[in-house]
Amino acid sequence: MTTAHGVEVGTELPPLRIPPITRTTLALFAGASGDHNPIHIDIDVARSAGMEDVFAHGMLSMAYLGRLLTEWVPQERIRSYSVRFSAITPVHAEPTCSGRVTSIDSVHGERRATLDLTVELADGTTTLLGEAVIALD
Amino acid sequence: MAIDPRAVGTELEPVTMDVERGRLRSFAKAIGETNQIYFDVDIAREAGYPDIPAPPTFLCALMLERPDPFDWLADLGVELQRILHGEQKFTYHAMVYAGSRLTARSRIVDVYAKKGGALEFIVRETEVTNGDGTKVAELNDVVIVRNPEVRA
Repeated sequence: MTTAHGVEVGTELPPLRIPPITRTTLALFAGASGDHNPIHIDIDVARSAGMEDVFAHGMLSMAYLGRLLTEWVPQERIRSYSVRFSAITPVHAEPTCSGRVTSIDSVHGERRATLDLTVELADGTTTLLGEAVIALD
Repeated sequence: MAIDPRAVGTELEPVTMDVERGRLRSFAKAIGETNQIYFDVDIAREAGYPDIPAPPTFLCALMLERPDPFDWLADLGVELQRILHGEQKFTYHAMVYAGSRLTARSRIVDVYAKKGGALEFIVRETEVTNGDGTKVAELNDVVIVRNPEVRA
């Protein structure tokens, strides 16, 4: 089990590298998440909306970033988790999730770390910027 | 096609979902999860959980659990092809496990435009409660509507 010992401001989480996002992944995520918006799974609809191709659900990237957190600490330690979606993630993109501790505070007698979170594609595009608050003990 | 600002304050029809193990496994598989607590109930129990946990972002699925999950956008006159997810926040109060019955109550709390109406923003707040009425989480989300025909 991961422990939060030795966590300090500036601590970086081990990055999570995601393999290229396939059309199959988008179809599976559409079904599992309940987001059936065809713009993510049907190229005809994507083109009629002026896109070149389908693109990934924002929530798929947020779920990847969530895995970065749950691989670092048990899930019940996550107090809050938020993101802003800053760019579309095209099909075949390769996201990398990273996080860094920016502050440690005591809230309601609990030591909590605030993390800056980022998802970046192989071409350098930042697709998500986020923040999470994690209980350390 | 500006969204009527009177939409602010609208409460959406509450949604209830029975959280099933199979659904959680499908979700975990789709997001590339490898930790077996999200798939195998015995391993979840060995880790001290009562059943398979729902991953942190699964709660969004609850909000889509209705015959037409985007009907509230249609009611605002928004076409599905125009929307993008702008922001999403979760504030957690309790873990969710397979076997839970969850209810989400959402409210539109703000509507505003930028770039002379070329972009519109719809802000929602959602409270999620468990079967016994315990608050599980709050969700805040921002939907962006693209109106490329509007010139700023």
